[in-house]
Amino acid sequence: MSTILPILPEVMLLGLGILVLLIDPFIKKDTDRRNFLGLFTTSGLLLTLVVSILLARPAGPVLVFGGMLRFDWLGFLFKMFFIFAGAVTALFFMDTEKLNQRAEGFLLLLAASLGMCLMASSADLIMLYLAIETTSIPLYVLAGFLTGDRKSTEAGFKYMLFGALTSTVLLYGFSLIFGFTGKTNLYELSSHFTHFDLVATSITFLVLTGLAFKVSLFPFHFWAPDVYEGAPTPVAGFLSTASKAAGFTVILRLLTVVFPVISLDWSLILAVLATLTMTIGNLIAITQKSVKRMLAYSSIAHAGYAMIGVVAFSQLGMASVVFYLIAYALTNLLAFGIIGIVGRATGSDDFSAYNGLSRRNSNLALGALVAFLSLAGMPPFAGFVAKVFVFLAAVNSGWTWLAVVGVLNSIVGLYYYLNVLKSVYLFRMENQEEEKNPLAVRRPVAVALVVLVVGILLVGILFGPWFGLASRAGLALF
Amino acid sequence: MQFPLLSVIVFTPISAAMLLLLYKPEQKKAIRITALTAALFALALSIVVYSTYNKAAAGYQFIERYSWMPAMGISLYFGVDGLSVPLVLLTGIVMVTGVMISWGIEDRPREFFAFLFILASGVFGVFCSLDLFMLFFFYEIAVFPMYLLIAIWGWIKTREYAAMKLTLYLFIGSVISLVGALVMYKTSGMNTFNMLDLEHAAFSTGFQKTWFPFVFLGFAVLGGIFPFHNWSPDGHVAAPTAVSMFHAGVLMKLGAFAALRVGIMLLPEGAKFWAPVIMVLALVNIVYGAFIASVQTDFKYVIGFSSVSHMGLVMMGFATLTPEGLTGAGVQMFSHGVMTALFFAAVGMVYDRAHTRDIPRLGGMIKPLPLVGIGVIIGSLVSMGMPGFSGFIAEFPIFMGIWKTQWVVAVIAAISIVVTASYVLLVVRKVFFGRMPDEFEGHIAPVRTLDKIALVLLMAIMIGIGVFPSLMVPWVQAGVQHVLALLGGA
Repeated sequence: MSTILPILPEVMLLGLGILVLLIDPFIKKDTDRRNFLGLFTTSGLLLTLVVSILLARPAGPVLVFGGMLRFDWLGFLFKMFFIFAGAVTALFFMDTEKLNQRAEGFLLLLAASLGMCLMASSADLIMLYLAIETTSIPLYVLAGFLTGDRKSTEAGFKYMLFGALTSTVLLYGFSLIFGFTGKTNLYELSSHFTHFDLVATSITFLVLTGLAFKVSLFPFHFWAPDVYEGAPTPVAGFLSTASKAAGFTVILRLLTVVFPVISLDWSLILAVLATLTMTIGNLIAITQKSVKRMLAYSSIAHAGYAMIGVVAFSQLGMASVVFYLIAYALTNLLAFGIIGIVGRATGSDDFSAYNGLSRRNSNLALGALVAFLSLAGMPPFAGFVAKVFVFLAAVNSGWTWLAVVGVLNSIVGLYYYLNVLKSVYLFRMENQEEEKNPLAVRRPVAVALVVLVVGILLVGILFGPWFGLASRAGLALF
Repeated sequence: MQFPLLSVIVFTPISAAMLLLLYKPEQKKAIRITALTAALFALALSIVVYSTYNKAAAGYQFIERYSWMPAMGISLYFGVDGLSVPLVLLTGIVMVTGVMISWGIEDRPREFFAFLFILASGVFGVFCSLDLFMLFFFYEIAVFPMYLLIAIWGWIKTREYAAMKLTLYLFIGSVISLVGALVMYKTSGMNTFNMLDLEHAAFSTGFQKTWFPFVFLGFAVLGGIFPFHNWSPDGHVAAPTAVSMFHAGVLMKLGAFAALRVGIMLLPEGAKFWAPVIMVLALVNIVYGAFIASVQTDFKYVIGFSSVSHMGLVMMGFATLTPEGLTGAGVQMFSHGVMTALFFAAVGMVYDRAHTRDIPRLGGMIKPLPLVGIGVIIGSLVSMGMPGFSGFIAEFPIFMGIWKTQWVVAVIAAISIVVTASYVLLVVRKVFFGRMPDEFEGHIAPVRTLDKIALVLLMAIMIGIGVFPSLMVPWVQAGVQHVLALLGGA
C-alpha cells in the first residue's frame, strides 16, 4: 500500500475525472448540472488536497516506480498547489457559459492537473515527456472550448500548433540526450554533462527552447497574448499560473539535476533572457487596451522575474523561484477571476469595462486592488516579498545588475497596474449610473475570490513559514 | 510581560481599516465615528510612548521582537529612540486632525478612511521598525495608498497626473534604496536584517562611499530633496486636504527619517564623504524652494513649495553631521509636520468655501473664518522661524550647525528666511485681510466644531514647543547622541 502513496494525488485525480464523466449523464436539468458538476469537481479536488497532505507527505527524496518519479518536496508542494489551482479554476468554470454545462470541461481540467502533478515529479525523460503532453493536450482543447467563438477556436488552434512544434523540439533534445548517453533517468544523467561542448550546447538549447515555450520566455512568448485573449478567461488564468509553474518545475529540475555545470556557463544567457522577457513583457503591456491582453504580457514579464531566481542558481535562488511562482500564481488566479466576472457582466475586457467598478461593487473593486497591487509587488501582498526574495537571491549570487533590471521593471509594472485601478476607482461609466448597474458576483466565484485574497495576504504577511516550505522544495533539488 | 505598545500603535490603524471595510458603504456615520475612535486611540498610545520614553537612558526603548523568518534573519522588531518618538507622536496628531477635517467627505468615505489608515500603519511601522526588511515592508505600505487617495479624492484638474507622478517617483526611490539594502545585507555577511546589528557591520569605506548615494537619495526622494522634489508640490496640491496634511506633514518625514536611519546610520563613512554634496542639494532646496513659493499664485502651491524649502532644512541639518544640526533637523521634522498640517487644513477650509485657491481672487477671509486666519498667521510665524514658536527651536540649531561646518552655506541659506517671511506674510495679507470680493460676501460658512478643535490642537502644539523647548528637545538630543556615536566611532 505504501508504494501507491507517492502517486496518491494523481490516482485520486484520475478517479475524480472518471466519476465526473460517469455522473454527467444522470443529471437532467441544465441548472442542476451547472451547479453540481462544478461543486463536485471542487469538493473532490479539495478532498484530494486534504487527503494528500495528511497521508502522502514525502519524507526524504526517493525515486519510485522504477525511477520514473521522484517523491520529494518540490514535487509535493507543486502538486498541492496545482490541485488548489484546479479547485479554484473549477469554481470559476461554474460562472462561464458552456464550460459549466459539460462534464468534458471539468474532465479536461482534471486531466491537465494530473499531467502537471506528474510534470512536477517526473524523474525520467520518457515520463517527463508524457507528463508534458498529458498537460498540454487537454489545455489545447480547453483553450478552444468555446466552439462558437472564433477567437476561442483560434486560440485553441494556435496554442496547439505552437505547442506541438515546441514539443517536437523538446523531444528532439531528449532523443539526443538518450542517443549520447543511453540513459533516460535524470538522476543518472547528471554525470554525463560535466563540460561545455557542442553536444551539450545543442541539447541544452533544444530542451530550453521547448520549455521556454511552456513558461512563455522571450523569444517564445508570442503565443501567450493571443491564446489568453481567446481562451475562456478561467482557462487563461489556469494557463498563466498552474501551467507556467509546472513548466518552471521542469526547468528547475533539469537545470539543477542534469545540467548543473552547464547551467553555470549558461547563466549569462539565462540572465539576458530574463532581462528581455521582463522588459519586453512589461513594455508591450503598457500599450494594451484590453486588460486581459495586458495581463498576458504581464505574465510574460513575471516569468522573467522568476527567471532571476533561476539565474542566481543557489539554494536561496531556487527557494525564491518556488516562492515567487506560488505567490504569482495565487495573484494571477485572482486577477483572471476578476477579469472573468467583469468580462461576463460587461461583455468586454477593455479598460473601459472597468470604469466605475468600485461604485458598482466595492468589494470586487477591493479584490482588484489586491490582485493588481500584488502583481505590482506592493506589501502587504504576496507579490512584494516574492520579488524581494528573488532580488535578494540575485544580489547574493553576485547578480546585482540583474536585480537592478528587475526593480526597474517593477516600476514599469506598477504604472500599468495602477492604470487598471484608475479605471476601477476613478473613472465612471458613461451614463454615471453605477448605482443602478450593480455588478453581482455568484457565490461560488465569490468564495474562490475570498480564498485567493486571504491566501495572498497570508503568503504576503506570514511569509516565514511559506518560505520555509519553498526552501524545502528548493533543497530537494540539490 | 510588558504591554506591546508599539505593535498596538502600528497595527491599530490597519486593523481599523479592515474593520471599516466590513461596514456597508452606506453606513457613513458609523464609519466616521469608528475612524475617529481608532485615530484617537492611536494618538493616546503615542502620547503614552512619548511621555514615558526615558530620555536619560536614551537608546531604543519599548523594544518588542518577534521572530518572523529566522532563516533570513528577518524579525518584526520594534523600538523607538529619541528621534523617532516625536515622529510617532506627530503621526498620531496628524491622523486625528486629518480624520476630523475629512469628516465632510461624502464620496466613498469607507474606502477613504481605510486607505488613509493603511497609510498610517505604514508610517507608524517605518518609524518603529528596527529591522531593515520590515522597514521596507512598511515603507511600501505607506506609498501605494497615496496613489488611490490622491487619484480618487483629489483635485479633479491634476489628480491623475499628480498621483501617478508621485507614486512613480516614490516607488523608484524606494526600490533603488531596496537594492542598496539587499547589497548591504549580503556584504555584511551577518545574515540579518536587524539594523542594530548592521550598525556594527563595519562595511568597508569604499563600499559605503559607493552605496550611500543610492540608499540615501532613494529615501530622500520622499523627503523632497532637489532635484527629485518635483513630485511633491504637484502631489500636495492635487491631494485632498487630509491627504496633503498626511503627506507633507508625515510622509516627507518618513523619507528624511529613513534616509537618516538607513543611509547615515548604517553607512556613516559614506555619509561623511557625501555630506558636502547633500549640503549643496539641500541648499538648493531651501533657497530655490523659497523663491518658487514666493511667485506662486495658488495658495496650496505656496505651501507645497514652502514644504520643499523646509524639508531642505531637515536635510541640511543631517548633512552638517553635528549635534546642533541633527537636533535641529529632528525638531524641524516635528515642527514642520505640525505646521504644514495646519497650513493644508487651513487652505482646505478656505477652498471648500471659496472654491478657489487663487490668491489674487481671495481676500478678507479673516472675518468669516477668524480661527483659520489665526491658524495661518501662527503657521506663518512658525514657518519664518519666529522665536516663541516651534520653528525657531528647530531652525536656530540647524543654522548653528551649518555655521560650524560651512559659514558660507549658512549665509546663503539665511536668504530663505527673508524670502519665506515675505511670501507668507503676503499670503496672509492677501487672503485674510483687505476687502473681501463681492462674490464671497455671505457665502462663506463658518468652520465646523471638529475643524476648530483640529486647528486649535495644532496651534497649541507649535506654541507649546516654542515656549517650552524642553517639551521636545531633550528627546531629540537623546536620539542624536546615538547617531553621533555611530558617526564618531565608525
